[in-house]
Amino acid sequence: MDRIPILKMGRFLLVTIQVDLYDRLATNLEADLVQAVSTTGARGVLIDISALTIVDSFMGRIIGNIGSMAKIMDAETVVVGIQPAVAITLIELGLELKGVHTALNVERGMQLLQEKIGPEDETTDDDSSTE
Amino acid sequence: MKQDIAKLLQKKKKQLLENWMTNQLADSALREDLMSNEELRGQSEEFVESLLNTINGSNIAEPSSSDFDPVLEILAGISMSRARQGFSPRETGYYIFSLKDALLQILQDEIKDPVQLFESSMQVTRLVDSFSTVTFETFIKGREDVILRQTDEIAEISTPVIRVWDGIVALPIIGTLDSARTQVVMENLLEQIVQTGSSIAILDISGVPAVDSLVAQHLIKTVSATRLMGAECIISGIRPEIAQTVVHLGIDLSNIVTKASLASALRYAFSMLQLEVKKKTKVITQ
Amino acid sequence: MMIVVLNKDTINISREQDVVVFRNRVKESATKIRMGLVNQTKLITAASELVRNMLRYANGGIVTIEVVSRGRDNGIRLVFADEGPGIKDIPLAMKDGYSTGKSLGLGLPGTKRLVSEFDIKSVVGTGTTVTIIKWNNG
Repeated sequence: MDRIPILKMGRFLLVTIQVDLYDRLATNLEADLVQAVSTTGARGVLIDISALTIVDSFMGRIIGNIGSMAKIMDAETVVVGIQPAVAITLIELGLELKGVHTALNVERGMQLLQEKIGPEDETTDDDSSTE
Repeated sequence: MKQDIAKLLQKKKKQLLENWMTNQLADSALREDLMSNEELRGQSEEFVESLLNTINGSNIAEPSSSDFDPVLEILAGISMSRARQGFSPRETGYYIFSLKDALLQILQDEIKDPVQLFESSMQVTRLVDSFSTVTFETFIKGREDVILRQTDEIAEISTPVIRVWDGIVALPIIGTLDSARTQVVMENLLEQIVQTGSSIAILDISGVPAVDSLVAQHLIKTVSATRLMGAECIISGIRPEIAQTVVHLGIDLSNIVTKASLASALRYAFSMLQLEVKKKTKVITQ
Repeated sequence: MMIVVLNKDTINISREQDVVVFRNRVKESATKIRMGLVNQTKLITAASELVRNMLRYANGGIVTIEVVSRGRDNGIRLVFADEGPGIKDIPLAMKDGYSTGKSLGLGLPGTKRLVSEFDIKSVVGTGTTVTIIKWNNG
């Protein structure tokens, strides 16, 4: 299995990473996800990594890339479910996952995306950048 | 016609023990509160027994001989248990030094030839000195064990995470933050955030004696890790002295929400959660 | 204090897929000596960084996984040996933000922060050996 399934839920794309990422899988995910944002016109991407016990700088970079790429295609990315041990390790390593938002779990992540993107019918540009 | 001092001492076992006990009991360092005289006698008897069973004409001149291993083992056990019971180094040291006096007393009584007396005394002194070294090594090791155990205990009890409100946890830090402790703090805090589903964590540093650049770095790391989890972290309890040192050291805390007191951090947290705490209005007409 | 090796295991790294297998082996060893979760995660992440470096710059190499003890401390020692091009300027490579490959440049210094002991030896044209130790409580 060299691909991680991407689910579409309304205006959002949902990805649940269940296995430890090796390089090929991660690069495929990056490409597939950006492609999916383009074809579906999704406004938000939610990546659930609660099953990951390890995130090294390579995977961190892939996640960061996805966030930045989605951003310039006008979609927000939220990473949810980072394990405490993984969070501590990432900080020690020097990775802060800039460019993506984080939330505790899928539910909170969805809420956050709704807040960032605003109600569906409103298509006005809201440029209030959120850190 | 050299006298075999090992044999001589074995013959004088009883007197040796008596001498030793007398020396120990006469010393001001005797700790009857920590160990009864009977217990002390038992301990000393066991040691003399083992020593006299081991020494012979040849190994008495070689303190490093492996023949003495059982003797050293007993000694190490005694020294270790004294360290744990709270004996001072002096009190522990006197146990073995007073044995040297007892041994020398016997040699003095029994050997008339000055040259031989000197030689034998040197041998006994060397032997007992090597015992003393072991005594101190194990004594210090015993104390280190105590310290290590206490450190673990302190680390465990000193990072309580308190759920102050629905969605808000607080962690008061008391004492210095080193990197090992930071890891424990972070781990506990993040675990609690997951367990309680909290979105705000308050780190109260009123109990941290000083904040230098290293401590500040640890705090910043904790805040960053909390944010990675998807929660916000507020640092409260910034005392005036801490504010001063932080600025003087040029530490940048501008990316962190800091509050002077836990109360104001809580107020800030409430406003983030869009909660309002109001005084119950009584109907009073003026 | 003397470091005693209690158990030794070697693993060949030549393909990307070996990384996951290798990580699992490290995890097994760390679990065996009852290393805490955070320290385990730090160790495995560090191992992952180094093994990726090995693949990227030297097309693989050999890793030795050892369970070691020093006094009352138990730990895991990993030795990454490759026959790649070597590193010319080690102090420079150990500086935050430096990288020749297309990574984030937190490879070596970041990795060093994750472990208790870190040692790197390199001869240009011969290869690089990186040794890391993670102690159970450290």
